[in-house]
Amino acid sequence: MTIHARTLVIASMLLCLSTTFVRADKPGNPAAVTSQDGKYADKDGNPTYKVDKDGKVDFYSYVGFVRYSANCLQCHGPDGLGSTYAPSLVDALKSMDYGTFLATVAGGKKDVSASQQLVMPSLGMNKNVMCYVDAIYVYLRARSTGAIGRGRPAAHEPKPAAFTTAEDSCMG
Amino acid sequence: MAGAVLSSVLMASTSMAQTAASAAGKDWTTPAGTMSGQRFSSLNQITAKNVGKLQVAWTFSTGVLRGHEGQPLVIGNVMYLNAPFPNTVFALDLDHDGKILWKYEPKQDPNVIPVMCCDTVNRGVAYGDGKIFLHQADTTLVALDAKTGKVVWSVKTDDPSKGATGTDAPLVVKDKVYVGVSGGEFGVRGWFAAYDVKDGKQVWRGWSMGPDSDTLIVPGKTTDLGKPIPANSSEASWKGDEWKIGGGDTWGWKSYDPKTNLIFYGSGNPSTWNPKQRPGDNKYSMTIWARDADTGAVKWLYQMTPHDQWDYDGVNEMVLVDQKIDGKERHLLVHFDRNGFGYTLDRDTGALLVAKKYDPAVNWASKIDMDPKSADYGRPEVLPQYSTEHGGEDVNTTNICPAALGTKDEQPSAFSPQTGLFYVPTNHVCMDYEPFRVSYTAGQPYVGATLSMYPPKGDTNMGNFIAWDATKGKIVWSDPEQFSAWGGALATAGNVVFYGTLEGYLKAVDAKTGKLLYKFKTPSGIIGNVMTYEHAGRQYVAVLSGVGGWAGIGLAAGLTDPHAGLGAVGGYASLNQYTSLGGSLTVFALPKQ
Repeated sequence: MTIHARTLVIASMLLCLSTTFVRADKPGNPAAVTSQDGKYADKDGNPTYKVDKDGKVDFYSYVGFVRYSANCLQCHGPDGLGSTYAPSLVDALKSMDYGTFLATVAGGKKDVSASQQLVMPSLGMNKNVMCYVDAIYVYLRARSTGAIGRGRPAAHEPKPAAFTTAEDSCMG
Repeated sequence: MAGAVLSSVLMASTSMAQTAASAAGKDWTTPAGTMSGQRFSSLNQITAKNVGKLQVAWTFSTGVLRGHEGQPLVIGNVMYLNAPFPNTVFALDLDHDGKILWKYEPKQDPNVIPVMCCDTVNRGVAYGDGKIFLHQADTTLVALDAKTGKVVWSVKTDDPSKGATGTDAPLVVKDKVYVGVSGGEFGVRGWFAAYDVKDGKQVWRGWSMGPDSDTLIVPGKTTDLGKPIPANSSEASWKGDEWKIGGGDTWGWKSYDPKTNLIFYGSGNPSTWNPKQRPGDNKYSMTIWARDADTGAVKWLYQMTPHDQWDYDGVNEMVLVDQKIDGKERHLLVHFDRNGFGYTLDRDTGALLVAKKYDPAVNWASKIDMDPKSADYGRPEVLPQYSTEHGGEDVNTTNICPAALGTKDEQPSAFSPQTGLFYVPTNHVCMDYEPFRVSYTAGQPYVGATLSMYPPKGDTNMGNFIAWDATKGKIVWSDPEQFSAWGGALATAGNVVFYGTLEGYLKAVDAKTGKLLYKFKTPSGIIGNVMTYEHAGRQYVAVLSGVGGWAGIGLAAGLTDPHAGLGAVGGYASLNQYTSLGGSLTVFALPKQ
């Protein structure tokens, strides 16, 4: 990917942030009402998960598990459960909407006081995170509602062609 | 108080001579007690017979909640200890119930916190030349006046905006202080450096990878398992310029042998965790280094895990002991690697003598090739089904033992010359590991694999505390621990061995049998290392508690067990049901007669 294209991705991400930022702070009903190329959305158009009766998850939720475990687990613990020094995202996502999630991931967060120093880095320039941020969101959204349990999802839908195209263009 | 300070300074100068001995005495002047790394004390008031009567003598809160690795120092009548970020250092007056003589709290940019891979730990301060040395999180190496806590000098060793951080305990030898760097999960190229204790001027720096002029390898002279190393062996083992972001960081313990003037330490994992992105042996990550302490020139080295595929950092402690092998007295270096093998080498020559699994669960390699005539001499025989390189990107390789945190992580072992045994706190955890493509951005995590961890099939204990015979490569006894044993061990001449557990127990066991003789639950989980000292004729045992570190990541949430039915997930007890955060020091002694 060229520098120009990368700038576009990040710029569109920021646009996305500013438009969704004003929405209510609850994530809303997670039920998938639309789908395009294996990616599901709720009634507000926000990314969401889909889990079959037999536990098979959509491909984005699966990728979200993989990328979460590589980039977020170091602080937020396995399966989003939190660690001794970073909050549980299973809990946090219960009351955080998509826009706030994106803003926090991209911009980071600081809570430094005399008794504790909690600092989340700004990951907006980290392609290993931002190219998969929707996938990480839907995975954590599913964890927060209990739709996906602990550990690696046992089965998932096949990789959509659109995913590969988007991944290649974003990762460069 | 002035009198106390003066006497402590007097004591300090006399105790300097002790550090070259293999046993610590009344003082504890270096992180491992002595420069040999043995963590053995000649104090023997507390014995296997009377340790059951141990009591808490006094306690001290550091005021910091993060994980407390490391250990206090005692020099004369003063104890020095430090906390994780913000890296507060305290000097406590042992003559007055631990009254605070001085406190140093550096101002550091909190942006360094998220580039610390696994909690904001620090493994302790070092002492020498009347100064206390601290390698701060933000890679500032600072020398404090031991009497006043005033900064004598400070230097920047690396750049935290690129992900480099300071977590290691420095080591002082003669007129130099030695430090390494953390940042293997951020693509930070590792180095090991010597600074002048007087003014902080860098004397030498040896990189873990790159041209010979960077690594200070002397082609044709430096040896690898007895063979002279050809020119530019490190660069040749990488694809292109990958070595520039190749990791091999040096955040572990250091030891020193005055007989040969060699300084020993290990280098960590190559970056990224995705082996497919860095073909080659990735020299010299995962390597035991022996450098001339004055010049940094490499005498010998040995890469334990070429082309790592599991994050088996090679940074664990190098313990220097003299023991007989096959009837012959040898100068040994003993190292318990994350990869699950306990290595015994001749520390003068770098010859490999013993390499055996110190947890029977270890399965990624069948053995280490010990045949000097073999082309694979010294290399592990990797089993393809546990090779994440063989599995490839986006493939989940399962049931690899040990997990990435290793059969042992940084928690140091201890050696008793009385029993001839090593006492090793271990992890008993396996993993699934899936590598995938990642892109490098300076200062951002550069990991490239996802993994999940769980106890070995059929087991519920996630740790063992073992006694090891390094001359034979055999476990002599093994005490199971519910959680990984993440506190460093102490061996004493009273035939008692101490260690701390993640639930927060300080435990004392019989050095010969491993029988539990005493335990006490400290305020928080222990990932610090037990030490001992004598003050006013009385022996004390001290340990920092304060759960956290890498142990605090997985275990706070409880590990999953993919082999159990869905209903059993979460059946493994969570550490957070046993302990909570908080840094404190607990000091033990026998009741006054």
